Amino acid sequence: MSDNTPIISIRGVVNRFGSQVIHDGVDLDVRAGEVMGIVGGSGSGKSVLLRTMLGLQRPKSGTVSMEGRDITAMSEKDLMHVKQRYGVTFQHGALFTALTVAENVQLPMREHFHLEDALLKTLTELRLRMVGLPVEAGEKLPSQLSGGMIKRAGLARALALDPKILFLDEPTSGLDPISAAAFDKLVLYLQKSLKLTIVMITHDLDTIMATCDRVAVLVDKKMVVDTLEKIVQNPHPWIQEYFHGPRARAAQA
Amino acid sequence: MAAGLAHRMKLATEQSGGVLTLRLQGDWTIAQAAEIERELQSATPSGGQVRIDCSELKSLDLAAAWLIRRHLQAFEEQGAKVEFQGQRPSHFKFIEEMKEESGEEKPAATPANEPLRSAMISVGKFWVEQNERLRSALEFYGRVMLHTLTAFSSIKRLRLASVARQVYETGVQAIPIVALIAFLITLVIAYIGAQQLEDFGAEIYTVDLVTVGVLREMGVLLTAIIVAGRSGSAFAAEIGVMKLNDEVDALKSIGMNPYEVLVVPRVLGLVIALPLLTILADAMGLAGGALLCSLLLDISYPQFIARVQDALAPTTFWAGFIKAPAFAVLIAMTGTYRGMQVRDSSRELGRLTTVAVVQSIFLVIFANAIFAIIYLQIKF
Repeated sequence: MSDNTPIISIRGVVNRFGSQVIHDGVDLDVRAGEVMGIVGGSGSGKSVLLRTMLGLQRPKSGTVSMEGRDITAMSEKDLMHVKQRYGVTFQHGALFTALTVAENVQLPMREHFHLEDALLKTLTELRLRMVGLPVEAGEKLPSQLSGGMIKRAGLARALALDPKILFLDEPTSGLDPISAAAFDKLVLYLQKSLKLTIVMITHDLDTIMATCDRVAVLVDKKMVVDTLEKIVQNPHPWIQEYFHGPRARAAQA
Repeated sequence: MAAGLAHRMKLATEQSGGVLTLRLQGDWTIAQAAEIERELQSATPSGGQVRIDCSELKSLDLAAAWLIRRHLQAFEEQGAKVEFQGQRPSHFKFIEEMKEESGEEKPAATPANEPLRSAMISVGKFWVEQNERLRSALEFYGRVMLHTLTAFSSIKRLRLASVARQVYETGVQAIPIVALIAFLITLVIAYIGAQQLEDFGAEIYTVDLVTVGVLREMGVLLTAIIVAGRSGSAFAAEIGVMKLNDEVDALKSIGMNPYEVLVVPRVLGLVIALPLLTILADAMGLAGGALLCSLLLDISYPQFIARVQDALAPTTFWAGFIKAPAFAVLIAMTGTYRGMQVRDSSRELGRLTTVAVVQSIFLVIFANAIFAIIYLQIKF
C-alpha cells in the first residue's frame, strides 16, 4: 500500500437525529501511517463521527471505507473482520469493571482466537509492557487504578489484536499535564514503531502539537482538513478562536 | 487482510552441521498464535547456532514477534547463539527497547505454603469480617432511625415530594400485579379447600378458610414478597448506581445527607404503600374466593358475604394488616442498605441487588413466623 492511498476514506457522510442535522456531507481521508487529530466544538458531532467510522452506527447517507472496503454496506459478519483490524480507546476507559486489567486485555483475544491460558498470559504480559504498565497491574481491578493507568490499560486492550488502525477518543482528558505528555509520547512511540495509523479525537492542544501530522476540524457540519501549520491560518472564525484563543497561546508558549 | 489472501504460516527447519536454520514463511500474526507456539516448541537446537531467516515472511505482528523472541531467549539460555539472516524485523527492536525501558521481569516470589498459618489467617479474617459486617449493619440501622426521627422535626426535612414519588413507584405502580396475583392465588387455595372439605360435607367452611387465610396471612405475605422483588431490587440498584457514579459523594459535598435524602423517603414511602397494597390484596383475595365459591359450590355472593362476617373475628383483619408496616421497614432497609454497600464494579451492583431481594424475602418470611408465634402466645 503506497503512502497516498487512504486507509480510511469518508465520503459525503450525513448523520441526522430527527430534524437535527449533525453531519452534512463530511469528507475525510486518513492516510496509512499518519496521526490524524479530529477537533471540533462540544456538540459538533465528533463522537458521532467516531461511531460512524467504527461501524457502530450507519450514516443516513455517504460511505465510510476502511482499507478500500465500504463498511456502511457490509454485513455484520464482514464488519466483524474489520473490527479485528482496529483498536479503540474510550474517553473514560470503558474497562469492564467486573474484570481485572489482565482479563480486560485478554477478552478480545479470547473472543476471536482459540488460545491456551499460558499463551494468553504471555501475550497479556506483552500488551501490558507495551503501554508501560507493570505486569502486577494485570491482577488489579479497574477501580484500583489511577486515571493514567486506566488510560494505559484501555490502550493495552485496544492493542490486544495487533490492530493496524487505532482510534483514540480524548486520550489525555482528565490527566495531569505530565501524565498527558507521557501518554502522548507513548502513543507516538507505538505509532512509529508499529507503523500504526491513528485517528484521535482530542481537545488537548498540547497533544495535537506533539502528535498530529494532520488535523481535521468539524465546523458547520463539515470537515476542514489540513496540516497543523496550514490549518492555524484558516480564516474560519471558530478555527481562529480555537488555535489562537488564550488557551491556545498558553499551549504554544 | 481479506480471508482469501491469507498465507498459511509455516516453519521450515533445517539442521546442518551444528547450525539450525529456522525459515519463517507466510503470515505470522496473532491469528496463528497457537500454531506458532506449537511449531516453535517443536524446534530444538542441537548445536551451538540458530539462524533465523525472515525473507519469506509475508507478515509479522508484534504478538508473533514476542512469541518468537521468547523462544530465542530460551535457546540462548541453553547456550545457543542466535543470529538473523538478512534484515531483522523492526518488531524485535521494539521489544528490545521495551525491555530496556522496564527491565527484565522477575517472577514474583510466591509466599511459602504454611497450612497452619493460612488456616489461622482465614479464621481470623472471617471473624474480623463478620464483626465489621455486624457493625456496619448496626450503624446503618441506627442512622436510618435517627434520620427518620429528625425528619419529622420539620416539613422540609421530611421531603414529602420524594416520599410521594416512592409511594407512587412502589405502591400505585404495583397495583395491577399485586391484585392479579392475590386473586389467582386465592382462587387456587379456595379450590383446593373446597375439594377437601366437600368430602366431609363441610364445603361452606371454604369461606372461612379463604377469609381467615387471606386476611391473616396470605394477603400481607404475598404483597410483601412481590414488593420485595419489585422495590427491594429497585432500591438497591438505584442507590448502587448512584454510588458508582459518585452521586452519593456529590450529595454529601452539597451538604445533603444521603440517609435523609435517599434512604428515609424510601422507607417512609414503602411504610405507606405496603399497608395500602395489603388492603387491596385482601379485597382481591376475597373476591377470588367469592367467585370460586359461586362457581363451584353454588354459594351466592350475599351468602358468601354473610358467611365472611360470621367467620371474621374482630382481630382477623388487624392481625394481617399490622404486619405490613413491619415488612415494609424490613424490605426498604435491606434494599437501601445493600445499595449503599455497592462500590467499584458493575458485578458488585448485580450481586448486591440479588442479595437485597433474597434477603428481604427471607426476612419477611422469618418475621412472619415470629408474628405467628407472638399471636399464638397472646391469643390475638
